[in-house]
Amino acid sequence: MVSIHNLSFAFKKNQLLFDNLNLELQTGFIYGLFGLNGAGKTTLLNHISGMLFPKTGSCKISGKSSRKRYPETLSDLFVLPEQFDLPSVTAESYVNIHTPFYPGFNVDYMHQALREFLVEPDKNLNELSYGQRKKFLIAFSLATNASLLLMDEPTNGLDIPSKSQFRKIMAATDHSERCVVISTHQVRDLETMIDHLTVLNDGNIIFHEGIESIAEKLSFEKIADDDNRFVLYSEEIFGGKSAILPKKPGSKETQIDLELLFNGIIHKGDVIHQQFREEVV
Amino acid sequence: MDFSEKQPIYLQIIDFFCSRILEKKWTPDDRIPSVREIAVKMEVNPNTAMRAFHYLQEKEILFNQRGIGYFVSENAYQKVLELKRTEFISEKLPVFFRDMNLLGISFDELKILYDKYGSQSTGG
Repeated sequence: MVSIHNLSFAFKKNQLLFDNLNLELQTGFIYGLFGLNGAGKTTLLNHISGMLFPKTGSCKISGKSSRKRYPETLSDLFVLPEQFDLPSVTAESYVNIHTPFYPGFNVDYMHQALREFLVEPDKNLNELSYGQRKKFLIAFSLATNASLLLMDEPTNGLDIPSKSQFRKIMAATDHSERCVVISTHQVRDLETMIDHLTVLNDGNIIFHEGIESIAEKLSFEKIADDDNRFVLYSEEIFGGKSAILPKKPGSKETQIDLELLFNGIIHKGDVIHQQFREEVV
Repeated sequence: MDFSEKQPIYLQIIDFFCSRILEKKWTPDDRIPSVREIAVKMEVNPNTAMRAFHYLQEKEILFNQRGIGYFVSENAYQKVLELKRTEFISEKLPVFFRDMNLLGISFDELKILYDKYGSQSTGG
């Protein structure tokens, strides 16, 4: 679906944000794009959607260069930005105005999602709160049926019940013909939703693995201080440590602690990465 | 100190299905909720829910009728019982025995407590 090849980019001269970045994204997956503040998550999404152009290298969607902004690319792509402006019209007329751009648009789905989100379709969008407007756009983004959906911090600004509604809507939607990229800091909001973890750091993708393969290779355990097993990464917690260990073949899978894993990748990236490269002996 | 690990979600789903079957709330040929319904209820990626269904299908606890849904197998109760007994003996009992030792609870004491529990749960 998305193919990024040797992409380099800099906002300022001699200060590369991306340095020969490579990334492949496939249909049928929900990718969680994680990175520290300023790592360039939004900038990367902007390259994919063709809003920014690479300095060198290429970024393609289904074989077509993003920077060309072909209508067939754009009608099959939706970007849910973190910050957005909506015109002063009702939800209903917004849908009527914008649906012609998306041939696969599903109006029934849209109404259903708005009901689920408790957003009134006959209200002026500018009279809605930030959270309500965001939910409106989330519903719209899913209703477009675009094959590529880029969501930048979709749960930011949502209240607690809305976050749960968001997960329910995501879970109820068929993503098998779609590639979803969710960029976020809110690890806990989405850790049950993503099936692929992608980490951006220091100008490159430093981790790009499926949840299943993570669960097969790594074990997330609370261990005692005097536990002398080989630990890949650990953090002190009350009464012991929260640790990532290499998983023994045949041992029971543990629940992935995405927050711990993210910290581990940032601090001990090489050690963790090696678990995925080296053949199990 | 509790060092037991949090279960992966797909195992939680499996556990939930197994208890339904053991409690006889789900009986052979009952149609169970769909992958999608479970995914929505648990707020998880449908692929995660799918893993639980696949696992139980492999163990012949559930069977799939294409286009209709998943159903409880004829021998599901027996199969779940075997599965859960093995799991209980290999995973839960060692922890239980360790705690018994740590807390100095003898077998005789345990027996008294167990009998008391039995009379409460059946007689009450």
